[in-house]
Amino acid sequence: MRDVFTLSLIASTIRLATPLVLAALGGLFSERSGVINIALEGKMLAGAFTAAAVTYAADTKLGMGNASPWVGLLGGLVAGLFIAFIYAVSCIRFKADQVVSGAAINILMLGIPGFLSGAFFLSSGSTPQLPKDHLLPQSPVVIAITILILVALIWYVLYKTPFGLRLRSVGEKPEAADAAGVSVSKLRYSGVLLAGMLAGIGGAYLSIGQSSLFTRNMTAGRGFIALAALIFGKWRPVQTLLACLLFGFTEAVSIQMQGAVKLPSGEDIPVQFINMVPYVLTIVVLAGFIGSSRPPRALGVPYQKEK
Amino acid sequence: MKTLARELLFPLIAVIAAFVVGGILILLVGDNPIDAYRLLLGSALSWPDGIGYTLFHATPLIFTGLAVLVGFRCGLFNIGVEGQLYIAAFATAWVGIELANRSSWFLIPLCFAAAILAGALWAAIPGVLKARFGSHEVINTIMLNFIAVSLVSYFTQYYYKVPGDPILQTAMIGENAHIPRLGSFIPGLPERIPLNVAFLLALLCCVLVYLFLWRTKWGYEIRATGSNPSAAEYGGISIRKQIVVAMAVSGALAGMVGINEVLGYRYRYYDGFSDNYGFTGIAVALLGRNHPLGVIFAALLFAMLQHGGIYVDGFSENVTKDIVQVLQGIIILFVAAESFFKWLVGRARPQANQLPRVRAVTQ
Repeated sequence: MRDVFTLSLIASTIRLATPLVLAALGGLFSERSGVINIALEGKMLAGAFTAAAVTYAADTKLGMGNASPWVGLLGGLVAGLFIAFIYAVSCIRFKADQVVSGAAINILMLGIPGFLSGAFFLSSGSTPQLPKDHLLPQSPVVIAITILILVALIWYVLYKTPFGLRLRSVGEKPEAADAAGVSVSKLRYSGVLLAGMLAGIGGAYLSIGQSSLFTRNMTAGRGFIALAALIFGKWRPVQTLLACLLFGFTEAVSIQMQGAVKLPSGEDIPVQFINMVPYVLTIVVLAGFIGSSRPPRALGVPYQKEK
Repeated sequence: MKTLARELLFPLIAVIAAFVVGGILILLVGDNPIDAYRLLLGSALSWPDGIGYTLFHATPLIFTGLAVLVGFRCGLFNIGVEGQLYIAAFATAWVGIELANRSSWFLIPLCFAAAILAGALWAAIPGVLKARFGSHEVINTIMLNFIAVSLVSYFTQYYYKVPGDPILQTAMIGENAHIPRLGSFIPGLPERIPLNVAFLLALLCCVLVYLFLWRTKWGYEIRATGSNPSAAEYGGISIRKQIVVAMAVSGALAGMVGINEVLGYRYRYYDGFSDNYGFTGIAVALLGRNHPLGVIFAALLFAMLQHGGIYVDGFSENVTKDIVQVLQGIIILFVAAESFFKWLVGRARPQANQLPRVRAVTQ
């Protein structure tokens, strides 16, 4: 077990946790405003595919060279924003059931990347390989600092600004917020759109940071792990970051071990059990076995103004 | 008659609208939507292959659609059908392998029981968690999906794989556990088409679910819990019990996918066999207006698309079978935002289109 904790494992934990942190913090804005976000997976897929496709286009068609991954990142952000906009209109404007719409977005985004890459790249669901030097920075130190700044910023916005206060109040007691003159739907729109942007960036980091192309269903459930981290982190920024690091660590271990982890006693832990850890922990925490994890009070309830 | 027409109207509008949006997407990638849709839907109508395979693909979707429906009727969103059917399919194969030498009369019922019980028990976990701790079934079922997939992959890999097999699948089940294909008694339907008696079981389940929900006391209590939990509790119904019962029934239905897959089609557990059956079940239940009869029609539509997807992949220039998934997503989106259409025709302000939800039972 000792050789598990190497420097390379820490580095890969940070790298693997990055998309989770971005998506989970996005989900935080949306859920704190009272809108459930099981569509994080779909938004990440949108971001990942668009980022890879845009980077490729910027690189080969426009010859933007080193700038192309940044254009791609912007593309991923916009894609996440676009999907979030559809989701927001459906849930907020038309008061559709949030879980159902979220499931619809996820199913839709399983299809769209394959559909578009079949048409644009004549491939079955992946984008062309990008050159190694036209990717987002991967140095764990740079990423770690960026993430820490982001978490600090989000903490500040959520707890120290009027916007954050209103956002949280809309997620807890929308009637009271409405009575105080706060526009419930405006705040929920901003919560959901922020979630889309951050999940889109998270997806982009998967395709043009951690790897160098988009492949079919490349998020492989990371949107749901991000959701799990958000719940495990009790809907709070710092705890959510720690949860993402923990889940990133389990993923890093399962990749590094490629099969089974040897215990000092000589027994194997199959990789399947390591993969289960985030999900089991989330169920345990949600049931209140380790501390209690209470969702925002108005989570999932469309706001209907009294007449 | 008027209510029936209204019940049919919105699903129909949603499907047509989804096909229009899908058609625009097909135009954008430079193909002819009419041709693509002809391939997509037309190929399902040929005899025997088109119809045989469509009914075969419809079988798991009827089960998963019914599973989601039973949850919805109790105010629960069982998004964990995918995990439940994996656990159940593995359990079916497990019994079929371990007791391979027993006679069919003994083995087949036992395999059925394994599928049903495994699905029911796995689904009862989030039911109990909600009834006992009030934790949200949507989150728990999502998490349990991933746990189920890892768990069966572990058991397959470590205990039931044929050594040296490069594919992650179990050994074959005993021949006595096979259930007949419909081709063996329908003239003109070749036996190579895997449509089997599980399809008839699926139709039977539609009748049984209808009778259970609308003609029995338990069913009434489940629906009462779903439509108004506080009134149900005031009327002396134990909401906690209904949650667990509804989840278990839902999981049992999901589990029957294992009968079709393992006993009637592949004769073994094959890792990752489900083509998103559980998630398509959500679409099936919603499009079928949470009614068993509607579920049959919705399952047939999605099965046609699934079968046609292969032809689109092969014969169309730019359109891939991913269009099926895209159409499915758009259909659910439209069904969910029903008030969008009412708003379009200018009839009403958007009203909350909430499925009944049982929330916070422990408070």
